Amino acid sequence: MDRIPILKLRDLLLVSIQVDMHDRLAMQLQDELTAKISETGARGVLIDISSLDIVDSFIGRMIANIAAMARVLDAETVVVGMQPAVAITLVELGLNLPGVRTALNVDKGMALLESATRSVEDLPDADARHTE
Amino acid sequence: MSAATDAVIPRILKANESELLDDWLREQLSAFRAGAKISDADLRSQSREFLSLLQQATQGGNVTDIHGPSFGRVRDMLGDVSRSRGLQGFSPSETVAFVFSLKRPLFARIRRELSSDADSLAEVTWSATELLDKLGLYTTEVYQKSREEVIKRQQQELLELSTPVVKLWDGILALPMIGTLDSARTQIVMESLLQRIVETGADVAIIDITGVPTVDTLTAQHLLKTVTAARLMGADCIISGIRPQIAQTIVHLGVDLGAVITKATLADAFRRALEMTGQRDRIPKTRA
Amino acid sequence: MPVTRSDTLELRSAADVVSVRQTVRTWAIEAGFSLVDQTKMVTAASEIARNTLDYGGGGTATLELVVEGPRRGLRVAFEDGGPGIADIQQAMTDHFTTGNGLGLGLGGAKRLVNEFNISSRVGEGTRVVIARWK
Repeated sequence: MDRIPILKLRDLLLVSIQVDMHDRLAMQLQDELTAKISETGARGVLIDISSLDIVDSFIGRMIANIAAMARVLDAETVVVGMQPAVAITLVELGLNLPGVRTALNVDKGMALLESATRSVEDLPDADARHTE
Repeated sequence: MSAATDAVIPRILKANESELLDDWLREQLSAFRAGAKISDADLRSQSREFLSLLQQATQGGNVTDIHGPSFGRVRDMLGDVSRSRGLQGFSPSETVAFVFSLKRPLFARIRRELSSDADSLAEVTWSATELLDKLGLYTTEVYQKSREEVIKRQQQELLELSTPVVKLWDGILALPMIGTLDSARTQIVMESLLQRIVETGADVAIIDITGVPTVDTLTAQHLLKTVTAARLMGADCIISGIRPQIAQTIVHLGVDLGAVITKATLADAFRRALEMTGQRDRIPKTRA
Repeated sequence: MPVTRSDTLELRSAADVVSVRQTVRTWAIEAGFSLVDQTKMVTAASEIARNTLDYGGGGTATLELVVEGPRRGLRVAFEDGGPGIADIQQAMTDHFTTGNGLGLGLGGAKRLVNEFNISSRVGEGTRVVIARWK
C-alpha cells in the first residue's frame, strides 16, 4: 500500500504529496503526522501539494484538520504550492481553509515557518524590554 | 441506382487517372489564377492523392454516401485541404473550387464512356453530380468551421491582451483593469493573474479597478473568489481604485469584502504592498 | 444529443474513486476542456463518487462524451442501489451531512458543473448526473 513519507528537518516536519490520494491514504497521513508531531516535538509542519491536480472537500478537510490538530500540539502548519486551477475550484466548492497558512513554494513556506516558530525564542527578555 | 452503374464511376476514375488529373489541374489553375497562393507541385500532389482516395472510396458501392465509413480518408483529406486553405486566406469559393472544378473533366469522361447508352449516362451523371456536390458542401462546412475557430481564438487572445498583468516591483504584481467587466472576462483575467503569481512567485497582487465604470454582483463575487484563491495559493491581493458608485453597489449587493484589503488609489496599494513584502525602506519619506 | 463515446466504471472502493477521477481527467482533456474546467469537473466527479461509495454502498459511474452542435461536453452518471435520499433539498444544502463530511459534497459539486440532476428513491438508490460543457 502507498505511504506518504514524512521527513524531519531540525524542528520541522516536511511532507510532499506526490500521489493521487484516496481517502484512506489521507486519513493515514493525518494520523501519522499528528503522532509524529507529538513524538518529535516538531514546531512546524510544511505540506507541499504542488503535485496535486485536485483537492476535493475530503482532502481539503484533511488539510484543515492537520493544521488545527498541529496547532493544539503547538506546531504551525503551512501548505505550499497549491495550483491556481485547484485554488479556483476549492473556492467554488466553498472551501476556503480558514486558519491554514499558505505559501507559494517550499522556500517561502520554510521562511514563513521559521519566522513563526522563532518569534517566541526571539522575544526580548524582561530586562531588555525595560531599557527600550 | 443499380450496382452496375455504381461501378462506372470508380472504373472511370481508375482508367483515366492521369488524363483526369491533367484536365482537373488546368481547371483549378484557371479558377484562381490571380493569387498563386499554392505551388503547382503542391496542387498536383494534393489532387493526385484526392483522385486515388476518391477512387478507393467509391469502389465499395454506395458512391454518394460520403458520410459512410468508406469515405473516411476522403473526408479527412478534404478537411485538411479546407482548413489549410482557410488559414492561407483562400476565399470560400476558391476553397470549394478544389472539388467543383473536377466536374467538367469527370463529366466529359463519363459522356465518352456511356455515349451509346442515354439512360445510364443520365444516371451516372446524376450520381457523379450528387457526389461532388456533397463533397463540395462538406468542404464548405469544414472551411466555415475552421474560420469560426480562428475567430473564437482571436476573441480569446483579445480578452487576454486587454488586461496585462505587470510586475511593479520585486514580489509585487499589478493588474490594471479597464472597461466593463463581464463575468466571462473577469474569469479569464483572474485565471491569468493567478497563473502569473505562480510563475513570478509574487507575494502581493494589486487589482486596480480605477478604469472600471461598474461592477455587478457576479463580477464582485469573481473578484472576491480570486482574492480567496490567491490566498489559498499563498499570495495576498489588494483591490484599489474602487469608485464611490462601485463601493455603494458592493454594499447594496451584500457582497462582503470584509476580509479583503482595499485602497483608494494604486499608489496607496503599492505603498501597502511594499510594507507587506518587507520593503518598507523603499517607500519615499515624503508623501504627496 | 449524440454521444460519441461512453464507458462504465465500477465504484466499490476508495481506489475506484481515484480511477474515476483519472478517467474523468483523461476524457475532459479529450473534450478540449481548459485546465480550470478539467479540475472543476474532476473535483465534482470525486465528490459524487465518494457519496456513491460512502452513502450508496457503491455503484457505477458512466462517462459520456457528448456533442451538441458546436459544443463538446462530458457527462457522468453515478448510480447506486443504496438506501436513497429522503430529502434531496436538505442533502443539497451546504454544510448538511449525515456522515462525517463537511457537507459540501452535493451542493459544492453542483457549483462546479453546468448541469446537475439528482433523483432518488428511498430503499432503491440514487442517481446523480453531472455535465460540463467546453
